[in-house]
Amino acid sequence: MSARYDLCVVGGGIHGCTVALFAARGGMKVVLVERGSLCREASGVNAGTLTMQMTRVALIPYALQAHAMWASAATWLGHDVGVVVCDGLSLAFTEAEAALLSYRAGRRREAGAPIDLIDAKAARLVEPGLGPGVLLAGHCKVDGFANAYLTGLAYRRALIDAGVTILEETAATDVQRSQGCFEVDTMGVPVKAARLVIAGGVWIEGMLGWLGVTLPIKVLVNQLAVTERQRPVMRTVIGIASGLLSLKQYPHGTTVIGGGWQARGDRERGGYELLPDRLVGNVRLACHAIPALKEARLARAWAGLEAETRDALPAVGPVPGVPDAYVCGSVHSGYTSGPYLARLLAERILGREPAMPLFPIDRLLDPIERAA
Amino acid sequence: MTSPQRFDLIVLGAGPAGGRAALTAAAAGLSVILIDEQSAAGGQVWRKPWAEPAPARADGREGEGLRAALDSSDVTLAYGRRVWSVTEGFRVDSLGPEGSMSCVADHLIVATGAHERVIPFPGWTMPGVMGLAAATVLLKAEGRLPGKRVVVAGRGPLMAQVAAGILAKGGRVVAVVDRMPLTGWLKALPALATQPPLLAQGAGWMGRVLASRTPWIFNHHVAEARGTERVGEVTVASASGDCHVLSCDALVIGDGLVPGSEVPRLLAARMRFDRLRGGWIPDLTADFETSVPQLFCVGDGAGIRGALQAGTSGELAALAVARKLGRKTEPDQGARLRGAFARASRFSDAVAAMLSGRTADVARIGPDTIVCRCEDVRRSEIDAATAEGMHDINQIKHVTRCGMGPCQGRMCGDTVQELVSLGSRRSREEVGAWTGRPPLRPVPLGELVGSFDYGDIPVPEPAPL
Ligand SMILES: Cc1cc2nc3c(=O)[nH]c(=O)nc-3n(C[C@H](O)[C@H](O)[C@H](O)COP(=O)(O)OP(=O)(O)OC[C@H]3O[C@@H](n4cnc5c(N)ncnc54)[C@H](O)[C@@H]3O)c2cc1C
Ligand SMILES: Cc1cc2nc3c(=O)[nH]c(=O)nc-3n(C[C@H](O)[C@H](O)[C@H](O)COP(=O)(O)OP(=O)(O)OC[C@H]3O[C@@H](n4cnc5c(N)ncnc54)[C@H](O)[C@@H]3O)c2cc1C
Repeated sequence: MSARYDLCVVGGGIHGCTVALFAARGGMKVVLVERGSLCREASGVNAGTLTMQMTRVALIPYALQAHAMWASAATWLGHDVGVVVCDGLSLAFTEAEAALLSYRAGRRREAGAPIDLIDAKAARLVEPGLGPGVLLAGHCKVDGFANAYLTGLAYRRALIDAGVTILEETAATDVQRSQGCFEVDTMGVPVKAARLVIAGGVWIEGMLGWLGVTLPIKVLVNQLAVTERQRPVMRTVIGIASGLLSLKQYPHGTTVIGGGWQARGDRERGGYELLPDRLVGNVRLACHAIPALKEARLARAWAGLEAETRDALPAVGPVPGVPDAYVCGSVHSGYTSGPYLARLLAERILGREPAMPLFPIDRLLDPIERAA
Repeated sequence: MTSPQRFDLIVLGAGPAGGRAALTAAAAGLSVILIDEQSAAGGQVWRKPWAEPAPARADGREGEGLRAALDSSDVTLAYGRRVWSVTEGFRVDSLGPEGSMSCVADHLIVATGAHERVIPFPGWTMPGVMGLAAATVLLKAEGRLPGKRVVVAGRGPLMAQVAAGILAKGGRVVAVVDRMPLTGWLKALPALATQPPLLAQGAGWMGRVLASRTPWIFNHHVAEARGTERVGEVTVASASGDCHVLSCDALVIGDGLVPGSEVPRLLAARMRFDRLRGGWIPDLTADFETSVPQLFCVGDGAGIRGALQAGTSGELAALAVARKLGRKTEPDQGARLRGAFARASRFSDAVAAMLSGRTADVARIGPDTIVCRCEDVRRSEIDAATAEGMHDINQIKHVTRCGMGPCQGRMCGDTVQELVSLGSRRSREEVGAWTGRPPLRPVPLGELVGSFDYGDIPVPEPAPL
């Protein structure tokens, strides 16, 4: 039985799409299996912030590379995702927040993020829209945002150009391995490939189960809100020390308010319900930081699912005990760093040495399972 | 934040459906709150006039009756409040002049009415062009005319009502431009005749229009509106393409009604597409309960049926809630209401059929015509996305921004779904509907946040470093 494809990627979010793209450009015959349409889960509904100040310290070197990739998306992706590169501020309004900010900014700076601590006056020069009450701010010149809802269209075009076979509205239900080939069950004809990448976002737990691997994945249900269009009220990416605010105004005038406040949701139903108190809380933080937002009306709020491993670090690398199978996902601030980490994995799959280490999942598996 | 007030039943929307529901539930001894963003009950059809103290018209009198009954009932009246969030349980959050309010109840009756459908044409976003519903608000509530020389266009009996209203206030109607042929009306006549008082009311409007020698142009639609600062003339065309131009200073237009079914969608009730009922509606039991237990939908928001059945559906739902809570209700009340509902069906279905969307009307929209007025998205952009392989309505939204503006697709949703269905040759069911999300209506951030201390914001634990 011969494989039709060199590589089958299951899951068409930012991770799956990027692995598929670079593997195909590296000469592989690639198929991408997506249950819905490309980048319509986390990768299409996220806040699009490309910031170091919310990135985990261990991921800063990757995020810096990824930021450079986003900034030059026109050259390697070839299609527009509305990237804006601008300054970013992480604010502290209380003494406790100032202490947290000093510590966190210091650790991130050690990891390579060019963050300076500045006072309120200096912060107001960077962002004239700031409200009163700022005690301290982390200032980073490597920041910005993309328009996440354009991701799917941009990747779709790039993947088609690269010759990837895209199977949308095709859910994978199981995987068999026989005679050195993976057979991915879908509702129709099984997809046969020599290599397999599991890139199903919060659904990788179940997918790894098909391969007999148990990797618990926590589901975060992140809430976001957007205003209607408004005059320009801010020009930077704004966050707070705790990481629970992310704020930026798009060129067309809407402002997206996020920061990881939790809504109700699960793997089966998605992010199905926004809780009014949390929406109001998140919006209060936003209006405290940028008071002119109060002039706008709230147009919409929504929620999406983000994956988290036990140590909140990525699951990017080979699947232990299953030759030629890989996993790619669970990257904190994964929209920022995802393209770079996924490209590293593609390098590895193409038999090259990745420029930076991957995040293999062996560390997260039970010792018994690892031994087996 | 203060803790929510608890009731046996929350009724959202104080039109005929919600108003009657609240009264029936209160009469059965339930504690009920009735919430509406208007300053008084009455909804779309029984809207309270601002000026006229003693309305002469029948729908005015019915509205006065409903308002008086509510005023002397035990229903807690929460007017002037915009509901922006409805969550499981049920918790309803609203904003009004006195700030935010939340209330909770195990039972919720949603009676949010319908939106108007306007099938886009070049110039439809120009000043001087308004919906039949907006014109009704002007006429009924404010006693003002939409213009001095008005073209009334679209489909269904609302055109007659608005044209008659304009004439009664001394305005001039240049013409009524009716998408339906005369035969459409004639075919509906036997069904309309099953409700003699309503037929008489409609005939009265028609009579007034015809007596004024206003031309009623059948089987035509507005192809374009033009003007410099404001509409000055409209081109009307027949299906076969012959055109003529009418000079005017206002165009009032409505191509039927679409159920405002955002709340059941928000709460993930099972929905289905029903062309006769105007679009996406919740699956309902005979008591108007949705697939979400204890969530009821009544009136036009649950499918276009008109005011007659709206009130009855509200009463039936309220009776069901009372029974669930173990209250005694009159033994034959349910049967009586069901009888009334059934008797009104022929009439209601005939009117609903006139007001339902036609694929051919949408197919005729030109490529350069703006379809989503909030985001200035043209038909050609939607067609291009569909041709590129995007067939899911939420995906179309992502690639075009269509439906992302303040109206959240209330205005264009039905048209865009129809366009995608045409372009992709998929059914309306396959194309789907936009995901329901809060806020139900746009709310100012300033009002939403109110006054607060930074220290009181319940900020969650910091993310891991
Ligand atoms: C609301 C929100 C805001 C966020 N904000 C930011 C931010 O501002 N900045 C940032 O850097 N990161 C942000 N993130 C995180 C970031 O969005 C995610 O880390 C990243 O998008 C995850 O990409 P993914 O490809 O792993 O998963 P996903 O994008 O979820 O993709 C997984 C795909 O797998 C598919 N799939 C599932 N089951 C199957 C199956 N059986 N068969 C086939 N396909 C299947 C799904 O349909 C989906 O398309 C945010 C996340 C959320 C939810
Ligand atoms: C211009 C026009 C004229 C019509 N004329 C007739 C007629 O002559 N005869 C006839 O039978 N039918 C007529 N109809 C149809 C008629 O409006 C409905 O059949 C009837 O009003 C339905 O009653 P309802 O209670 O379902 O909805 P409505 O009467 O529309 O009441 C819904 C109420 O819910 C409130 N509401 C909705 N959302 C919210 C929210 N988020 N927060 C707070 N409040 C909210 C609205 O303010 C409104 O008061 C007309 C419709 C229109 C648009």
